[in-house]
Amino acid sequence: MQRLILIAVPYTWLLALFLVPFLIVFKISLSDVELAIPPYTPTLSDGIVPFFKALDFENFAFLASDDLYWKAYLSSLRIALISTFLTLLVGYPMAYAMARAPEEWRPTLMMLVILPFWTSFLIRVYAWMGILSQEGFLNQFLLWTGLISEPLTILNTTTAVYIGIVYTYLPFMILPIFAALDRLDGSLIEAAEDLGCSRFQAFWLVTIPLSKNGIVAGSFLVFIPALGEFVIPSLLGGSGTLMIGKVLWEEFFNNRDWPVASAVAVILLLILIIPIVLFQRNQQRQAEAEQ
Amino acid sequence: MPESVFAPWNDASQKPLIRFRNVTKSFGDFTAIDDLTLDIYEQEFFALLGPSGCGKTTMMRMLAGFETPTSGVIELAGQDIAPVPPNKRAVNMMFQSYALFPHLSVYENIAFGLRRGNMPKQDIDDRVSEMLKLTRLEKFARRKPHQISGGQRQRVALARSLAKAPKLLLLDEPLGALDAKLRQATQFELMDIQEKTGTTFVIVTHDQEEAMTVASRVAVMDEGRIMQVATPEHIYEVPESVYVADFIGDVNIIKGAASPVGEQTYQIKWSKTAAPLNAVSDRPFSEGQSCHLAIRPEKVGIHADRPADADNAVQGTILDIAYLGNISTYHVELPGGQIVKAQTANTRRVSRRSFTWEDTVWLSWTATAGVLLAQ
Repeated sequence: MQRLILIAVPYTWLLALFLVPFLIVFKISLSDVELAIPPYTPTLSDGIVPFFKALDFENFAFLASDDLYWKAYLSSLRIALISTFLTLLVGYPMAYAMARAPEEWRPTLMMLVILPFWTSFLIRVYAWMGILSQEGFLNQFLLWTGLISEPLTILNTTTAVYIGIVYTYLPFMILPIFAALDRLDGSLIEAAEDLGCSRFQAFWLVTIPLSKNGIVAGSFLVFIPALGEFVIPSLLGGSGTLMIGKVLWEEFFNNRDWPVASAVAVILLLILIIPIVLFQRNQQRQAEAEQ
Repeated sequence: MPESVFAPWNDASQKPLIRFRNVTKSFGDFTAIDDLTLDIYEQEFFALLGPSGCGKTTMMRMLAGFETPTSGVIELAGQDIAPVPPNKRAVNMMFQSYALFPHLSVYENIAFGLRRGNMPKQDIDDRVSEMLKLTRLEKFARRKPHQISGGQRQRVALARSLAKAPKLLLLDEPLGALDAKLRQATQFELMDIQEKTGTTFVIVTHDQEEAMTVASRVAVMDEGRIMQVATPEHIYEVPESVYVADFIGDVNIIKGAASPVGEQTYQIKWSKTAAPLNAVSDRPFSEGQSCHLAIRPEKVGIHADRPADADNAVQGTILDIAYLGNISTYHVELPGGQIVKAQTANTRRVSRRSFTWEDTVWLSWTATAGVLLAQ
C-alpha cells in the first residue's frame, strides 16, 4: 500500500502536468478555428457526441500541404544540429581546460560558467542585440582596430541566431563534459603515452571515448531546447531565419489560429520524442556502467 | 662448468643498461632526488625500496619519461634519454592503479601498445595470444576491466606493459592492491615471468619483504638519496648504516664506544656496569669512537643459565613475548634499561614453552653475529 502511494505521487504529477495539458493541446489541434472565446470549436458544452463528431485531422493535412511548415521544421532541425555541433566545439575545450586546471581554481571556473544564469535570459539576449547591431560594440571595436571599414551585418541574420544559441546553451554542454573529464584518471593518459601514443593520439583514443557520455548528454541538452527555440530567433534572427518555434508563436498570437498552432506543437513534440528517448537511454547506460 | 652466479654489478666489463649520473630532481623548493648516481644492469630485477616520499616514484617516472631531471644525466643503453618523449622510449610501465582502459576489452588493452606501431594484424594477434597465455588470461580476453577481479586486472596490466617487449619494465607498487596471500603468489609469478622474458625489471615498493623476495638487488632510499645498493642477503646481513639496518627487518641497536683489542676485533663499552661486548668488524674504529652494534633478533640466543663459551652474554628479564606462530620474539630488558629482542623458532608446542614473563634469562650471541656501524 505504501509502495503504491510512493509510486502514485510521481505518476500523478506527470499525469496532471504533462499528459493532461498534452491531451488538451492535442484536442485543440483536432478542432476548427472560430472567432469566439476560446477561439476554437467544438467545446464540451456542445454535448459529448457532437463534440467527438466535430474533431478531425484537417489541421495536420493543412500542415502537410503548406510547405512553410515542413521548411520551418527542417530549418529548425538544421539550426539545432549545427548550433549543437558549434556548442560542442566551443564547450569541449572549455570543459577540458576546467578539468585540467589546478584543483583550487575549479570552483571559481565552475562559478564563472554558471554565473550568467544569475541574470535573466531575456536581458542577456537583449544585450547581444547591443553587441551585434550595426552600431554595436563588436562593429565599433572592429572598426576601431581597422580590421573592417564597413560595419558588418550580423544582427537579424542566422549567424546571430547561432551566436545566441551557442552562448545561451554553452553551460549545458560544458557541465556534463566537465563531469566526465573530471572523473578521468590521469594515469590513463600517461599509460597511453607510455604505450606509444602521441599526445594527440592519447586524446583521441582515450580522452574522447571516456568522455563520450558527457558529450552525448551535453549535445542532447543543447539540441532538445534549441529545436523549439523561440526567443533567440525572434530577437536576434531576421525574417530570413525560419524556425518552428517562431512559426508556432505567430500562429498562436498573430493569427490567433489555436488549432493550427496546436498541430505544430504536437508534431514538434513527436519529433522531440526521438532525441529525448535517446538521451534517457544514454543516461541509463551511464548509470549502469558506474555500478 | 658450474653455472655462474648472476652478478653483473661485480663484473667491470659489463655495461649497465641504465645509468643515473648525478641526477637531481627538484619540485620548487623540494628536492625529490638529490645528486643520485646508480647503475642498473640488463636482466636485473632491481628494487627501489623506501618509505613514501623518499623519491623512488620520482626516479621511476624519470625513467618512464613523465619527469625530466633538473640536473644530471640518465642513460639508457648508453644514450641520454632526457630528450626522448615517453612514447618513443623502449620502456614500459605498469602503473600502481593499473591504468587499464575501461572502454577496451582485456584483449584490446594488451593490443593497445602494439597497434601504435606498424605491426601486421596477424603478428599483433599472435603477440596478444602469447601474452594472454603467459599471464593465464585466455578465458578473459573478451571481458572489460570492470568484469574481472583485482588479481586478474594486475595480470592484464603486466601483460599490457610486456606486450611491446620493452628493454626495461617499470613496476610501480605492482602488488599494493592485492591481499597478502595473492601478493605472495604473484611475487613468484613476477619472478617467473621476468626470468622467462629476460626483461630488465625495476620495481618500486615500500614493502621490504616484497623487495627482498623478488629482487636481484635492492636500493634502499631515504630523502632522495640512496643509502645502500646490494643484494637482499647483503642488505640484510651487512647493512652499511643504522638506517638501512633498521629499515630492513627487525634489529637491536646497542650504542657504545669501541676500543680495538686485536685485528678487526673490538670491545664495545655500552654500559657503566656491564662487561663490554665483543664484536668483529671489517670497518676500522678508533679508540673511544662511538659506534652502534646492530644484531638481528634471530641471532640472539636465549638461555636459562649463563652459556659457558659465548662471546657475549648478558642477563635480563623478559618484558614481553610476541608469539607469531612459527617464531616467538622475546623483549628482554637489560639492567641499564636497554631492551634486546631475541627470536626463537617454535619447534615445540606453546604449552611446553621454557620461558615466560618476568623470567630472568641470559642472552648470548657470537662476536660475528652483529654488525658494527659508525652511524
